[in-house]
Amino acid sequence: MTGFLAVYYRELLILKGKVLKQAASMAVSPFLFLTAFGYAMGRDHLVDGRPYMEFLAPGLVAMASMTQAFGIASEINISRFYWHIFEEFQAAPLANWQYVLGEVLAAVTRALLAVAVMLLLALCFGVTLSYSPLFFAAVILNAALFGSVAVICAMLVKSHADQSLITSFVITPMAFLGGTFFPLDRMPPAVKAVLSFLPLTHAARAIRAAAFEQAPPVFPYAVLGVLLAVFFGVAVVCVNQARN
Amino acid sequence: MIRAAGLVKRFGKTEALKGVSFEVGEGELFAYLGPNGSGKTTTIRILTNLTNPSAGEGFLNGFSVTKNRIAAKMQCGLVTQHINLDNELTVEENLSIHGMLFGMSGPARAKAMDEYLEYVEMADRKKTKVKELSGGLKRRVMIARALMHRPKIVFLDEPTVGLDPTIRRRIWSFIKKAQQDGATILLTTHYIEEAEFLADRVAFLDSGKIVTIETPRALMDSLGGWALDSLDNGAIETSYFPERESAEAAIPAHRGGFTVRRVNLEDAFIALTGKKVAPGPGGAGTGMRGAGGKENRK
Repeated sequence: MTGFLAVYYRELLILKGKVLKQAASMAVSPFLFLTAFGYAMGRDHLVDGRPYMEFLAPGLVAMASMTQAFGIASEINISRFYWHIFEEFQAAPLANWQYVLGEVLAAVTRALLAVAVMLLLALCFGVTLSYSPLFFAAVILNAALFGSVAVICAMLVKSHADQSLITSFVITPMAFLGGTFFPLDRMPPAVKAVLSFLPLTHAARAIRAAAFEQAPPVFPYAVLGVLLAVFFGVAVVCVNQARN
Repeated sequence: MIRAAGLVKRFGKTEALKGVSFEVGEGELFAYLGPNGSGKTTTIRILTNLTNPSAGEGFLNGFSVTKNRIAAKMQCGLVTQHINLDNELTVEENLSIHGMLFGMSGPARAKAMDEYLEYVEMADRKKTKVKELSGGLKRRVMIARALMHRPKIVFLDEPTVGLDPTIRRRIWSFIKKAQQDGATILLTTHYIEEAEFLADRVAFLDSGKIVTIETPRALMDSLGGWALDSLDNGAIETSYFPERESAEAAIPAHRGGFTVRRVNLEDAFIALTGKKVAPGPGGAGTGMRGAGGKENRK
C-alpha cells in the first residue's frame, strides 16, 4: 500500500539533483511576465479595483502551478521512453492508483516549489498577497489536477514529440486564456462561456479570491475537486493503456 | 513455478506469440532460446506484467499474471534486456527505490542492499552514480536489484547481451548462485554457450512457437556427440558422428578446411528449425540469425 512513496521518492531524488537549475528556470517566465506586463501596464492601471501587478500575481501563481505540475509528464516520458524506468514500476507489485498518486504528489511538489519562486519574485516586485490555507488549497488542487492530466498524457502518447504537441495546443493556450492575465468579464459572452470550462479559469478565480482575502467562492473549489477526481480516475485507467 | 498456458500476443496483424505453453519447475533454470523476433522477450513481458497477452494465461507460483497481478508480481524479480536503472541516481538510491516498491522496510532494505551488493561484488560502489558505471557493472546492479526482495522466481532477459566474454562468465556465476539459493529462473539468451552452461532445460522458440523443450544434453545427444564442419565448394557442410574417431575418419572425404568439434545446441537448433544460432559478425550482441544459404547439413 505504500508503493506510491517509492514513486514519489524517486521523483524527489531526481528533483533534488537539479533543484537549483529547476528553481532558476521556474523563475524565468514569471519574471518576464511581471516585468513586461506588470511594469508595461503601470502601477496606476487598475483591474478589478487593484493595481494590475497585484491582479496579475495570483494569476501567475495559478499558471505556474499548472505548467510545473503538467511538466511531470516530460519527466515520466523521459523515464518511460529513454531510461525505461517505467518498466521497473510496471514490474513491481504496485497498483495503478499508487503509481498515479506517487506521480501526482511529485507534480504537486514541483508546483509548490514553482509557486514559492513566484511568490518570492512577486515580493521583489512589491506585491504581497494573503497566503491563507485556502490559497494553498487552491494551488494544491490545481497542481494535483494537472498532475493527473500529465499522467494521462504521458501514458497515452507514443513519443516525446507528441507530448510537446499537447503542451502547444492545450497547456499554452490555457495558460493565457484561463483568467491569468485579464478578467474574463471583459471577454464576449460566447468566449467567456467557453473559457469557463477551463480548469485554470476556476483555479485562477479561487487563488485570486484567497490571495485578496475575499469570501471563498465555493464553486471553483468544487469544480477543481470534481475534475481532480475524474482526471485521477482516468489516469489510473490509462496506466493500463501503457501496458499494451 | 512458472506456467505459460497458450500465450498468444498480437501486434496489429502480426502474431508474435502463437500459443506458447511450458512449465518451469521449482528451482529449475530454464533457458528460452531463439532468434531475434522469435518472441522470447514478449513471453517474459507477459509473465512479468509489462504487457497483456492477447490470449492465454501465465501463472507464477499459481498466481495468474492477469487476474492476480500484484500477488504474481510479488513472486518475481526481473532483469530486463536493456539497462533500466536511473542514471542520475546512485546505486544505493536505485536499490532503495526497488525495495520500497516491494514493500521492504528501511532496515530490511539496508540489509538486503548490503548483502546483494556484496553478492555481485559491488559493495564499494553503493554511493556511485549509475552513470559512472560500466555496462557490466550496471548489469550486476540490475541482478542485485532483481534479487534483493528475495523473489522465488527470477526472469533474466538477455542478461549478458553486449558484455565481453569475461564479464559474461562472471554474470553466469551470479545466476548459478541465485539458482543454488533456491530461485526458479527463466533465462532468455541467444548465446548458445550460455544456455549450455546454465540451463537445466532449454526451450527452442522460433517464429512465436516452441519447437522443442529438452535438456541441453538430450538435444545434443540426439545428433550424435561429434560434428565435422568442412568447407566444400564454398559452403560449410556439417556432419554428425557418434564418436570422435568416426568424425575424423570422415575427414579425407572432404577437400578444403575442416573442424572436428563437439556437437552444441546450435546444431540442435539448426536441425530443428533450419535457422542458425550464433553471434553474428562483430561478436557479442548480434545473436541468432535466420539461416543463410551457406549452411548445409547431412
